[in-house]
Amino acid sequence: MTDMTQTQVRERIEARLASRHRKEKIFRGFGIASIAFGVLAVLVLFTDIISKGASAFVQSQIQLQVNYDPAELGIDKVDGESLAWANFDGVIRSALRERFPDVTGRRDKRELYSLVSNGAGFNLRERLESNPALLGQSEIVWVNADDDVDTYVKSLSKSAEGFLGRTSEQKAAWIRQLRESGELEKRFNTTFFTNGDSREPEQAGIRAALVGSLLTLLVTLALSFPIGVAAAIYLEEFAPKNRWTDLIEVNINNLAAVPSIVFGLLGLAIFINFFEMPRSAPLVGGLVLTLMTLPTIIISSRASLKSVPPSIREAAMGMGASRMQVVLHHVLPLAMPGMLTGAIIGMAQALGETAPLLMIGMVAFIVDVPHGITDPSTVLPVQIFLWADSPERAFVERTSAAIMVLLAVLITMNTCAVWLRKKLERRW
Amino acid sequence: MTTMTLNAGPAVAAGDQAKNPAAEQNAVKTNAEIVKTVGQPFSDQAKLRMRNVNVFYGETQAIHDVSLDIGRNEVVAMIGPSGCGKSTFLRCLNRMNDTIEGCRVEGELTLDGEAIYGPKVDVVPLRARVGMVFQKPNPFPKSIYDNVAYGPKIHGIASRRAELDEIVENSLRRAGLWNEVKDRLDKPGTGLSGGQQQRLCIARAIAVSPEVILMDEPCSALDPIATARIEELIDELRENYTIAIVTHSMQQAARVSQRTAYFHLGKLVEVNDTETVFTNPEHELTEAYITGRFG
Amino acid sequence: MQTPTLFALLLLLILVAYGTGFSRAIAAARSRGGIRSLASLPSYYGVHTALWCGLPALILLGTWLAFDDAIIRALVMGGIADKPASISGQNLLYAQIQNLAAGNQLGEITPQLQAAAAHLTSLRQNGQYMQTALILILSAGLGAFALLRITPELRAREKVEKVLRAVLLTCACAAIFTTVGILMSVLLESIRFFHAVPVTEFLFGLHWSPQMAMRADQVGSSGAFGAVPLFTGTLMVSAIAMFVAVPVGLMSAIYLAEYAGKKVRAVAKPMIEILAGVPTVVYGFFAALTVAPFIRDLAQSVGLEASSESALAAGLVMGVMIIPFVSSLSDDVINAVPQSLRDGALGLGSTKSETVRKVVIPAALPGIVGGVLLAVSRAIGETMIVVMAAGLAANLTANPLESVTTVTVQIVTLLVGDQEFDSPKTLAAFALGLMLFISTLILNFIALHVVKKYREQYD
Repeated sequence: MTDMTQTQVRERIEARLASRHRKEKIFRGFGIASIAFGVLAVLVLFTDIISKGASAFVQSQIQLQVNYDPAELGIDKVDGESLAWANFDGVIRSALRERFPDVTGRRDKRELYSLVSNGAGFNLRERLESNPALLGQSEIVWVNADDDVDTYVKSLSKSAEGFLGRTSEQKAAWIRQLRESGELEKRFNTTFFTNGDSREPEQAGIRAALVGSLLTLLVTLALSFPIGVAAAIYLEEFAPKNRWTDLIEVNINNLAAVPSIVFGLLGLAIFINFFEMPRSAPLVGGLVLTLMTLPTIIISSRASLKSVPPSIREAAMGMGASRMQVVLHHVLPLAMPGMLTGAIIGMAQALGETAPLLMIGMVAFIVDVPHGITDPSTVLPVQIFLWADSPERAFVERTSAAIMVLLAVLITMNTCAVWLRKKLERRW
Repeated sequence: MTTMTLNAGPAVAAGDQAKNPAAEQNAVKTNAEIVKTVGQPFSDQAKLRMRNVNVFYGETQAIHDVSLDIGRNEVVAMIGPSGCGKSTFLRCLNRMNDTIEGCRVEGELTLDGEAIYGPKVDVVPLRARVGMVFQKPNPFPKSIYDNVAYGPKIHGIASRRAELDEIVENSLRRAGLWNEVKDRLDKPGTGLSGGQQQRLCIARAIAVSPEVILMDEPCSALDPIATARIEELIDELRENYTIAIVTHSMQQAARVSQRTAYFHLGKLVEVNDTETVFTNPEHELTEAYITGRFG
Repeated sequence: MQTPTLFALLLLLILVAYGTGFSRAIAAARSRGGIRSLASLPSYYGVHTALWCGLPALILLGTWLAFDDAIIRALVMGGIADKPASISGQNLLYAQIQNLAAGNQLGEITPQLQAAAAHLTSLRQNGQYMQTALILILSAGLGAFALLRITPELRAREKVEKVLRAVLLTCACAAIFTTVGILMSVLLESIRFFHAVPVTEFLFGLHWSPQMAMRADQVGSSGAFGAVPLFTGTLMVSAIAMFVAVPVGLMSAIYLAEYAGKKVRAVAKPMIEILAGVPTVVYGFFAALTVAPFIRDLAQSVGLEASSESALAAGLVMGVMIIPFVSSLSDDVINAVPQSLRDGALGLGSTKSETVRKVVIPAALPGIVGGVLLAVSRAIGETMIVVMAAGLAANLTANPLESVTTVTVQIVTLLVGDQEFDSPKTLAAFALGLMLFISTLILNFIALHVVKKYREQYD
């Protein structure tokens, strides 16, 4: 250089080296910290949910010696009508009184009765219904404990004195007594998988929500997959390059980024208000989710059509096949694995969606398992939302458990998609 | 230095390789027999000294046992058929191969007697001393001024704005670009023509006052007129810098370099004065190459 | 005939049409020397006949089902002399009539109601007859017509393919229909809302309390529909989210693309992508039950007042949700920057971070900005996290520890439960939906455009 020798330049470079390398280290550190933050977020989220929810898969149950005494039940034969009126609660109460004969006061008795879930009567009714010969007999059954009891029992495993909450000292003493004699145990919580929603945590289950999710997804899949594939075929194989197809393209890309709640507004205004379809129904939920997942499915289907090499098309075309035949006989089968992968990912997205379904009334309190796509129902994410709002402590663990089930299904679906892609996708 | 006598058979086979697959095998065998480089690979005034350099990409060896000196203020051209390892070798000289995953360099490489691949060597000042110009012009998507000022800025060479201005102007002048761009220094460098872009890249490289400039086929993407300008420039730059240039064009090597090194399948076959290489090559393979029997 | 039975019958007819079309084509060919004389394969004749038989009838059936309730209602209500003026009153009346027609006698029954119910029943009955007759005649008639037209010269394949192509085109237009549907639904209701509440008050009003507008006879029944607190709330939560997501997402993309070795990439990338697959309701639960109490306790321990539902909790968790979105979009654009630029910078002696900061990022900037805009549109449209963790109070505040409410939260609160479509309270949700749709649409449009231009630059 004119006024600087190379030595001078070297000196200036050397002088700054240390600080530049320090900056390099800091920058790299930020990168590592960001990755660590992301990974940490995953770990915290999963451990938090699992630690909260794992205990919901067991439920405290109490062993009772019940006597199906016709007098106590107030029936003399077992049939539909008499079962509906039978006093099963009375049977349970007398069983409890027998177990703790020295409880006498009215208030004490009420306290005693509240050890057992008030859904226990239904279990007895089911048993008697399936085996009418039990009438007049006595047997040992395990019934669900009340959610306060359950909460207390579960908290005992964390600390010696446990979390009493609404549980009185006296009740806690009974619980300890039952535990010591093996008459109170934590057993696998089948209720959680066989029941619908309930106001009582110990009776609440995810069955209705799971079936609702399944029905909604079936509607979504039945509509969005064929329509999405058809749209992708048209755009990729037939569409002329003009302003109309450009408009469709821009539209699809934009729709993919429209907030899901807006689709809910569409469902409410058009399907429910205008076409007067039933509220809370998987049919409408499926329609809304179809519109929402269509862009995803179209985009991934187009990508997999694009990956089929043109030589295949030319070969078939050269045999005199029409364009439609080329697509249906040759291109489509080859692109199918990719399309299926896209469909699974779209379905996973639909399965986790909550907001638009709130709009169309799928937040109703649904106890019964839906039997068809027009029955009122709810879906798993909405059930999670509803339970998350409930004040009872016992609902927290059930919410977390429902989340665990949902995440397990989603992870399975995504793993399937990845596996399918690896297994079936061809490299050209 | 060393003269190797080889029988005429393999050389003929090398020439016939296109016609006869068996002869091709023969040519490869011949190549495997090259143990020592013929000609004059060493220099008394060595700026860069390379001894027994081996380069591996994972399992495959790209450079076999190459020894070569590049003298002060000398232009050394490296020629050879594509895939012969000349670019790989060039990229060893300022450790650009570090950026490629799985690349390993063995042997002794020194710049003014200092090891290039030493354990404590910092590549940052090394690359400031050994600049590089690439095959495709790669100006940054910034203004012409910022392109040239980039190096001085990151290295902290200029302490004042006026100094930086001066460095930019001097570098552009040396690259022969000043008169063409002095009125539009704030326009993007990507807006220049291909030849101008490449000269901008040369200006960018010399702005950090390197001692050596490595050029990797700098004219392969340019038209003949732009190429001629770059070649003139290389000749002028020789006064201040040591230059190693990889080229595909034998004419270019003949025009710009003092010495020429011929690479073949990862081995250095012959190094000699450029004139000797092109008029009276010592090795049959060199002769076969420069007479256009393969390439 | 009940609709499901009719549908089944129609399907049967279509099958029969296919079979007869198929065999008739073969029969027609026999006299000319076999199938080779046909213009298309026999199955195409079958499909051709089946399409004629089924397609128009199915379209008619669909239209009928979509509109018959509305038409019957209009006819029944038209026959009632003194009906209530309000929509809700009319709804109630019609529900009563429907109940009565179904045989449930609830409340007092006037002769007028009785007559209307009878009208309804007869209309329904007649409609059913008409539907059955019309559909079956149409289907059989057109099927027979197509059957008669079968000759060896008929280019059945081309005709079938034409129909198929039209079907494909219709499917491709589903996206357009959806957009139009969204626009129609939010726009129409919003216009009705703006009749009741002036646009300026909605856009610039500082007070939001729609719950006051529950009953017409209440004092202050007009409610307050100033949406500014919602906009600021949305902006604050989104800003906090972007504050987390952009640096973390961008830096992890940079680290994965420029620094990480193969092994780290193979582990870290899917790990971070798991975050994208977690449903938003799960994030909401996490924010409400874990992060919000944690932040409250933390704030209290340093002596700050913090609400149990805070903008900060919602924003932080939303930021975590958006990290994989930002990182995968940035990863794409960073990888699109040509290696030659990196080589140029490294060859001059830049450190890796200087190369990234001074060359790669500026070169990738348009793409990154596009990605960030998409992320912003995601943040402002995100619903469940804010519904569960940000709160309902329409506070006009700049304190992230306070609870705020957002556009999406209000849409949900206004529309969950029973709605009356003539109260401004319900319609306000659609006006908010319109704002949301327009703003995300603009953001998406700019973002997609910028990203597209960026990709073209390096393709």
